[in-house]
Amino acid sequence: MSSSLVTVAYIGATILFILSLGGLSNPETSRRGNLYGIVGMTIAVLATVFGPRVMAAGIPYIVGAMVVGGAIGLYAARAVQMTQMPELVAIMHSLVGLAACLVGFASYIDTSIALTGAEKTIHEIEIYVGILIGAVTFSGSVIAFGKLSGKIGGKPLLLPARHWINLVGLVVVIWYGREFILAKDIASGMTPLIVMTVISLLFGIHMVMAIGGADMPVVVSMLNSYSGWAAAATGFMLSNDLLIVTGALVGSSGAILSYIMCRAMNRNFISVIAGGFGTGEGAPAKKAEGQPAGEVTPIGAAETAELLREAKNVIIVPGYGMAVAQAQHTVFEITKHLREKGVNVRFGIHPVAGRMPGHMNVLLAEAKVPYDIVLEMDEINADFPDTDVSMVIGANDIVNPAAQDDPTSPIAGMPVLEVWKAKTSIVMKRSMASGYAGVDNPLFYKDNNRMLFGDAKKMLDEVLGALKA
Amino acid sequence: MSLQIGVPRETFPGEKRVATVPEVVEKLKKLGFGVLVESGAGEAANCGDDAYRAAGAEVVPDAATLWSRADIVFKVRAPNADEVARVREGQTLVSFIWPAQNPDLMQQLAARKATVLAIDCLPRQLSRAQKMDALTSMAGISGYRAVIEAANAFGRFFNGQITAAGKVPPAKVFIAGAGVAGLAAIGTAANLGAIVRANDTRAEVADQVKSLGGEFVKVDYEEEGSGGGGYAKVMSEGFQKAQREMYAQQAKDVDIIITTALIPGKPAPKLITAEMVQTMKPGSVIVDMAGEQGGNCELTVPGEAVVRHGVTIIGYTDLASRLAKQSSTLYATNLFRLTEELCKTKDGVIDVNMEDDAIRGLTVIKDGAVTWPAPPPKLPAAPPPAAKPAMPPPAPKGHGHGAGEPMSAGGLAAVFGGGGLLFLLIGLYAPAAFLGHFTVFILACFVGYMVIWNVTPALHTPLMSVTNAISSIIAIGALVQIAPPVEAGLSRPEELIRWIAIVGIGLTCINMFGGFAVTRRMLAMFRK
Repeated sequence: MSSSLVTVAYIGATILFILSLGGLSNPETSRRGNLYGIVGMTIAVLATVFGPRVMAAGIPYIVGAMVVGGAIGLYAARAVQMTQMPELVAIMHSLVGLAACLVGFASYIDTSIALTGAEKTIHEIEIYVGILIGAVTFSGSVIAFGKLSGKIGGKPLLLPARHWINLVGLVVVIWYGREFILAKDIASGMTPLIVMTVISLLFGIHMVMAIGGADMPVVVSMLNSYSGWAAAATGFMLSNDLLIVTGALVGSSGAILSYIMCRAMNRNFISVIAGGFGTGEGAPAKKAEGQPAGEVTPIGAAETAELLREAKNVIIVPGYGMAVAQAQHTVFEITKHLREKGVNVRFGIHPVAGRMPGHMNVLLAEAKVPYDIVLEMDEINADFPDTDVSMVIGANDIVNPAAQDDPTSPIAGMPVLEVWKAKTSIVMKRSMASGYAGVDNPLFYKDNNRMLFGDAKKMLDEVLGALKA
Repeated sequence: MSLQIGVPRETFPGEKRVATVPEVVEKLKKLGFGVLVESGAGEAANCGDDAYRAAGAEVVPDAATLWSRADIVFKVRAPNADEVARVREGQTLVSFIWPAQNPDLMQQLAARKATVLAIDCLPRQLSRAQKMDALTSMAGISGYRAVIEAANAFGRFFNGQITAAGKVPPAKVFIAGAGVAGLAAIGTAANLGAIVRANDTRAEVADQVKSLGGEFVKVDYEEEGSGGGGYAKVMSEGFQKAQREMYAQQAKDVDIIITTALIPGKPAPKLITAEMVQTMKPGSVIVDMAGEQGGNCELTVPGEAVVRHGVTIIGYTDLASRLAKQSSTLYATNLFRLTEELCKTKDGVIDVNMEDDAIRGLTVIKDGAVTWPAPPPKLPAAPPPAAKPAMPPPAPKGHGHGAGEPMSAGGLAAVFGGGGLLFLLIGLYAPAAFLGHFTVFILACFVGYMVIWNVTPALHTPLMSVTNAISSIIAIGALVQIAPPVEAGLSRPEELIRWIAIVGIGLTCINMFGGFAVTRRMLAMFRK
């Protein structure tokens, strides 16, 4: 295959990737979008393998590596549970980061590329930056994976003077970058490169460790973005436009997702990355005032079923608690039962519900909940006053009225689902513990609110039993 | 030793309610109490002796036995003279009492050295007291029944219909007073299909009226009429005049008027004058729910339905009792909730805890000492005087791009300035080859930006997994390193690079195959 043909194939692949992302604008077209992505990837890989840059001698190695990697990937895709999607995505990001590092190192030690002058400098900067982004993505994603899967605690790790540590790291990285570019041969350039890699890895770990559980959706989408920039950097390094374009697409996609998540929490991107929200620095002072005192009204499963049966309009607001309890199938059973009885059941999804963007939608889709009754916060918020029962399953901060009423609250200004405007709201919770933001929730003390304490799955099973009885 | 709760048959003429129903008997037993029911107590509310027995209550033949054996007596109506005579020292009576209207009864009960909890004295403003609020539950039932009575006396449909025989206009219903009873009446009448209008001196109930399908008619006069405890207060002369004019106008227009206006401790305000009744269409109906306090209409005869000037005026004072099963069930539940509060230990012994605001308010006589009226309850957390209006969200800091508000001029200038400087530097130093790639990179960022904003939020997780799969395009980087054509004269550490590249390919392939496969799996689940 001539090099022109490869270039044309790459352009085709680029178009297919753009179409692939565009297809996700609607669930109807999304399946086709995924198919475009697969076709684009196939074209790109085949064009490369049979192009002028790969000699026939390399093909057996390539096939071997692809078979092994592909088999692992397919197995993981099949075995993963939908509640574990955030973990899977995080660990996959780490693979992209690691691959970017490897390609960067391999490119650096490749003596067959002989460049001089400005081109050499640019090439080396590209290598340096590419490895830096790759290393941060890799270690950050591994930590994110650990946090999401519960292997590492969700509490943010706040080192003293953590901003200074990061700053010193940055200065060292820039200093060694200069050393790296000035290095005369590969051997003397290796030291700064490795030092930088280690600092980047530590920075990635530190960055994600300092972020609280509630901010995980931002982190996951941010790492998504980084993995794209890593690919783009690799593209510059190898002078490959396909990598640059694809990396830029993925990078901007992740950046936009991070931005959407930040806006949904009314937080500044910088402050999320700077970390430490998970415990809410201002929260303890707030609680000392004993703010929304009052009594909560507990309710049992049978009474919940009664309320649901007699309602005309029900809105269910799921949160991470539903994912943890694996309760989505029971939720669907209840929904199905009520819908057969003519009750209008809908779902209200907050953008940051769960641990990654769109997490709840995927879980509900897995449980076969039709997507046209699953609505976004902006679509459904106006309907709460006409709703008889709003049911909150394992969510807290995203339904906290303090965000609107209390300007001193740490979550003030964050858009929330206005469940308290329904005639009755039922909150399912394991205990009275506050959410990730560490803020007490005045919703629990409202007159029209009922608390259904217990494990979400167990209680919902009981509710379902009572509904069918 | 668990206490016995006694439920006598109501003695008031025409009273059909009973203070507990079999379903609640079971719950009371669970709290540890024994339950005695007078034979025939629930007859009029469709609760037979057998049903009580089945629920675990003991049925006793007559009132005398019941009063002598019970430690706690649940009643609906305030006790009459005979019943007061049966009250023993140390006994607890839970019932409607109306201490303000019945000072004699209070004296007599105090003389019997009993403890009396008046369910009508519940501090309604305590949110946790709402589950025990029998006034509210009874008022709701009365409001419903008032509409049913009106429909019964009214000679036409409530809802508008277009029949083969012609068009039927909907009935117009005006409801004076949008308290609990008024709101229940609004909801019921609206559900029957009538055009419902309502008025209340408290302007804040307008939203509640609208939410039930009614139209709020304003009085053309500025005055705030909220009098605390959820009741209205007496209004000024000017307001009353404007209000009368409004009522006079409504009377000419509507078919049915339901009045629910009560002011605590005062006779009901006369809202509907005889002249207004005269101007109403023949066949119209007035249901006066304030009959017991003298009525809101001048022509009301309390307890009876009369026809005046061709208008049926219903002044029944037993509307709740006319729905005996429903009101008994709700009243029994209210009393059960009260019992729960009295018996937090669930051992069948009550504790009249005078430190508890709700119980303090209810207790009008404690061991023979009159404790009414109770001091106003200290609210646990005073609700903010007026709900603060939802504050405007703080201006988003930085990050002004996307669908948010436009950036401030300064921020915009900084971004363009910084960008311009960066571009200048790149233009000055970068070689041509780099610039080509850089162009592609910048344009791709913008394409990505445009495409991604169109992605529906529901598909954000599939978006992440598919972008993740696509970012494994980095495999190409590893692919070209495996065995590139090497120019003559140059050498490279072949083995090392090859193995690094193989690992790279393997890793990205996990991503590539796994990412697409899991996206496919997810998207297949999204269905209508």
